[in-house]
Amino acid sequence: MAKLTDELKLGLDAPICMTWELTYACNLACIHCLSSSGRTDPDELSTAEAKAVIDEMRDMQVFYVNIGGGEPMIRPDFFELVDYATSSGVGVKFSTNGSRITPERALQLAAMEYLDIQISLDGADAATNDAVRGDGSFDTAISAMDALQQANFGPFKISVVVTRHNVPQLDEFKALADQYGAELRLTRLRPAGRGADTWSELHPLADQQVELYHWLLAHPDVLTGDSFFHLNALGDESLPGLNLCGAGRVVCLIDPVGDVYACPFVLHDEFKAGNVRSTGGFKQIWQESDLFAQLREPQSAGACASCGQFDACQGGCMAAKFFTGLPLDGPDPECVTGHGEASLASVGSGSLPEPTTNHSKPVPVMLGRR
Amino acid sequence: MPLLSLDSGWRLHQRVSLRPEPFGALAYHYDNRRLNFLRSPDLVRVVTSLGDHTTVALALSDCGIEPTRWPTFERALHSLAASDFLQPQEQQPEEPA
Repeated sequence: MAKLTDELKLGLDAPICMTWELTYACNLACIHCLSSSGRTDPDELSTAEAKAVIDEMRDMQVFYVNIGGGEPMIRPDFFELVDYATSSGVGVKFSTNGSRITPERALQLAAMEYLDIQISLDGADAATNDAVRGDGSFDTAISAMDALQQANFGPFKISVVVTRHNVPQLDEFKALADQYGAELRLTRLRPAGRGADTWSELHPLADQQVELYHWLLAHPDVLTGDSFFHLNALGDESLPGLNLCGAGRVVCLIDPVGDVYACPFVLHDEFKAGNVRSTGGFKQIWQESDLFAQLREPQSAGACASCGQFDACQGGCMAAKFFTGLPLDGPDPECVTGHGEASLASVGSGSLPEPTTNHSKPVPVMLGRR
Repeated sequence: MPLLSLDSGWRLHQRVSLRPEPFGALAYHYDNRRLNFLRSPDLVRVVTSLGDHTTVALALSDCGIEPTRWPTFERALHSLAASDFLQPQEQQPEEPA
């Protein structure tokens, strides 16, 4: 029997892990925002169009969808859409900064079925968190968590993007999650969206990657969305997960205006497969688009072929390579054997991809590209 | 959780959905939100017919599975039962919430 991951690389009839960003509107301006969110796009899907997308998910048996943004709760029809999805058999997990989770809303959320909530938090204390997510955002998230706990929501998730400033806080995050009966989820910082401007100052350092790898092995109950498979080259033991880039194979993203991208980390024309408003809808894009067909072809190990670790790390993350100007068939910029640093040094500053979408509010970004 | 044996009766858990895929099917459990891969079309047929037979053995036989392959199927079904994707037939289905 073929390996499961080999079969998954050929693609599935419908995605397993599907992300849907409901709006580009956001009250925060996190400096690593993957979608450069801030302002609503005038062309965002209407309630009826969003429900049509949910109908397609139901028909394709997409069992659950990860809703994000922007801040998805800003959409006036947020509860209507979540209700519509869960009552169609499409479970919902949504990511929020917590600013809209009042005690009343928490009770409303606790009464809903097939619903999972993920509160974003990027520091175990206000100073660390707010440096990335903005002043007051730590207290806001904690208030939301308190409200969910008081409403007996049950186990929600605390979602942390790992940076060089919060790697020393992994145990504190775990303690915080335990205190709330919550699940901890750690994901990888990607140089996408506003993250392209801040990645070089935020991504974990080489020794921190080693620390993170061992910490994750010691905490198999911590969720990662399979995002750290590039660390598998650090040792004989693999982190739990499928260990493959799922872009266009098992993963995809629908953005607020209905554009379908290969994964949540590549909102760029280069990785746009179509728009759900087109005649064949989402299903046709998933099953027939040229881009996704191409991503399901066997991928070459390229420059990584001569490294003994390719089977372990699979060459890392396509999005991380793309936005740092590296060839897609070469090492990840955070390659744990150090091949990424050499490649990065050879990338000219003019050869980074220009963003093709940006909804940032006109406010100064705190850290500049160096 | 009782152990799955060939002479006991089982069925797909009522909160599990199957989605056909080229390799077999993807199973999703709406209660524990776990995914499982049923990695052969034969296994999918057996799993979906369990509930129509009083024992696992009858389901295997009715699906035309060669007895030499039964141990492999028993292992796969056992693992599905252990992760709550199958439930014993004597267990009453819960009322929908």
